[in-house]
Amino acid sequence: MAERCAVIGIGQTHHKESRPDLSLAGLVREAALRALEEAEMTFADIDAVVLGTAPDMFEGVAMPELYLADALGAAGKPIFRVHTAGSVGGSTTIVATHLVQAGVHQKVLTVAFEKQSEANAMWALSPAIPFQPQLVAGAGGYFAPLMRSYIRRHDAHPDTGCVVAVKDRDNGLLNPYAHLHLHQTLDEVRASPMLWDPIRYSETCPSSDGACAMVLVNDANAARVDNPAWVLGTSVRTERTFFAGRDQVNPVAGRQCAKDVYDQAGITNPLREIDCAEVYVPFSWFEPMWLENLGFCEPGEGWKMTMDGKTRRDGVCPFNMSGGVMCTNPIGASGMIRFAEAARQVRGTADAHQIDGARRALGHAYGGGSQFFAMWVVGSERP
Amino acid sequence: MVDVAIVAFAQLPSVRCNPVADEAELVQPVTKAAMDAVGLTQSDIGFTCSGSCDYLVGRPFSFVAAVDGLQACPPIRESHVEMDGAWALYEAFVRLLHGDLDTALVFSFGKCSVGPVPDILNVQNDPYCVQSLGLDSISAAALQARALLDAGKATERDFAEIAVRCRRDAKDNPNAHLKGDFDVDAILAEPYISSPLRKSLCSPLSDAAAAIVLATGDKARALVDRPAWIRGIDHRVEPHSLGARDLTVSPSTLIAAERAGVGRDKVDVAELYAPFAPQEIILREALGLPGEAAVNPSGGALAANSVMTAGLIRLGEAAQRVLDGRADRAVGHATSGACLQQNLVAVMEGE
Repeated sequence: MAERCAVIGIGQTHHKESRPDLSLAGLVREAALRALEEAEMTFADIDAVVLGTAPDMFEGVAMPELYLADALGAAGKPIFRVHTAGSVGGSTTIVATHLVQAGVHQKVLTVAFEKQSEANAMWALSPAIPFQPQLVAGAGGYFAPLMRSYIRRHDAHPDTGCVVAVKDRDNGLLNPYAHLHLHQTLDEVRASPMLWDPIRYSETCPSSDGACAMVLVNDANAARVDNPAWVLGTSVRTERTFFAGRDQVNPVAGRQCAKDVYDQAGITNPLREIDCAEVYVPFSWFEPMWLENLGFCEPGEGWKMTMDGKTRRDGVCPFNMSGGVMCTNPIGASGMIRFAEAARQVRGTADAHQIDGARRALGHAYGGGSQFFAMWVVGSERP
Repeated sequence: MVDVAIVAFAQLPSVRCNPVADEAELVQPVTKAAMDAVGLTQSDIGFTCSGSCDYLVGRPFSFVAAVDGLQACPPIRESHVEMDGAWALYEAFVRLLHGDLDTALVFSFGKCSVGPVPDILNVQNDPYCVQSLGLDSISAAALQARALLDAGKATERDFAEIAVRCRRDAKDNPNAHLKGDFDVDAILAEPYISSPLRKSLCSPLSDAAAAIVLATGDKARALVDRPAWIRGIDHRVEPHSLGARDLTVSPSTLIAAERAGVGRDKVDVAELYAPFAPQEIILREALGLPGEAAVNPSGGALAANSVMTAGLIRLGEAAQRVLDGRADRAVGHATSGACLQQNLVAVMEGE
């Protein structure tokens, strides 16, 4: 690999149910300008832009990088558009990282967004496709059976999902960018309506308008700031939707992706060597499932870690210190927010939800029906 | 520095309508054909990347279904761009520059038969100020053609001659579907569909898929006698607002061509993605192609235009001529957006 890559600027919008004050172009600019400001740069300093968002049907603009080129200062430059379902925010960051690592560009702006208020994701997720049963239940309806399978397989405590919801919402109270600022007791979560057993209303993510941006640079430009977040490893993995023996509770693609990214970062024991993680948990029960898939514990132990408080900010394995997807879900941006929040932790800029002394952090995104995975490990020390 | 080459190219014949094949059924045969050509299977491939557009197929996540046309079991390193497959090739090229992987599979698929493509492409426009005007892709291209005429850079006869030449050349291309001996005067007698564009100056719309295998250094040399080395590749975008652009020139192609090194040596063949005949004139000028370069010997997009795939096919058609020794140096070009908003240029050379 020719070049090291570091994050020197991070920006995100104040995520909300609706940002009627902003067009799509205004939304991506709010995040991009904040990232540039932190990097002490302007659009003129940027060599290339890499944009990610989930299906174009969410906003009704096909290939929106063409329309957004002007707003992102890309005229005369390369602009690139990634789409890998829910993992897109992560994959987009990784494509931008590769441009730097390969030595193609020195300073890359990467941006991801979703403006769910201008869309109907439930509709866009449930098309009638010839010769296939129409899935009119959205993502929750797809994932609920996997969670029931997890609970049955490991005899998990039924409160686990509710505990995740309470923890993530409490974390979100510390994050001014989070969409939901909501304190809930365990009893309140338990009492919320059941949507797709075992997922209650309070155990689902919101629908958000939001964008996230990062400035990624090579070694020579990393010195522009005192505290770059160094990319220690990136990885993507994809598996098919249909094959005999597919385990959607603990997907092999996720396990392989994690192993790959740990190998690159020199991590052999993630529980001990990763200080905190921002992991794509759109429905509460994904926390214990991903704890196991990511190798923080053995299969069957994830729900115990959650119930024991180990994933709290003061636990041994802090998960989603920012409040995570449970507090903020602009779908196409959610993966990039995970990657960015991991970088904020090792830069020491995570403000009220900072984990003291975080030196290495994991950013994780997944998409589709758990076929697509994207991860990175970032660190405070230059590799 | 890692050298990356195109070592195999395969395409499904472009047809007006392929009513039976879904995404997986388009992707499986074409990726297999490309890998078979160099004796590889999916498990040999280091990185896989595809390009497609949900709006074209009329469903979200159409690439997800396409993955089921791959042997992605065990899992693979894979990515997808909501762009023409030529940009998927760019991502794979950058990935291979890291040096840890030595092969990549690139593919794209386009089903234009599913919906009214010119109207669908209006959805690419600014959603607040332009989409509601209903600026379909033919009308946008007509604005560009009109600008060329008004600037005195071309005549309507020039446009018709390009269409006649492309479809005549396509007679030798078994994968093209609009081909034959057309007549310039007959084209000039056609009614305008959006002045000054007439039907024969527009590309047909096609269903197709294409795949390319990339390999690095010695791996490429081991797979084929004569790899098509990618000596330069770059892409650039222009402002989206048509009013902010001079539509008679293509500065993004110009920058990309300079950075890809088009002018550093002779050009034997150039495959340009010009879905409307007048655009070939703009692209030739921006690329600075020498007079002896053969332009679109395959017939180009005027003979077959599978949107999202036609750009990757241009790169493949150019590379194929290097692979089989008909050319030493070839240029491939792809475009996206209204009036050539975004352009990619690649230069391929034999050893």
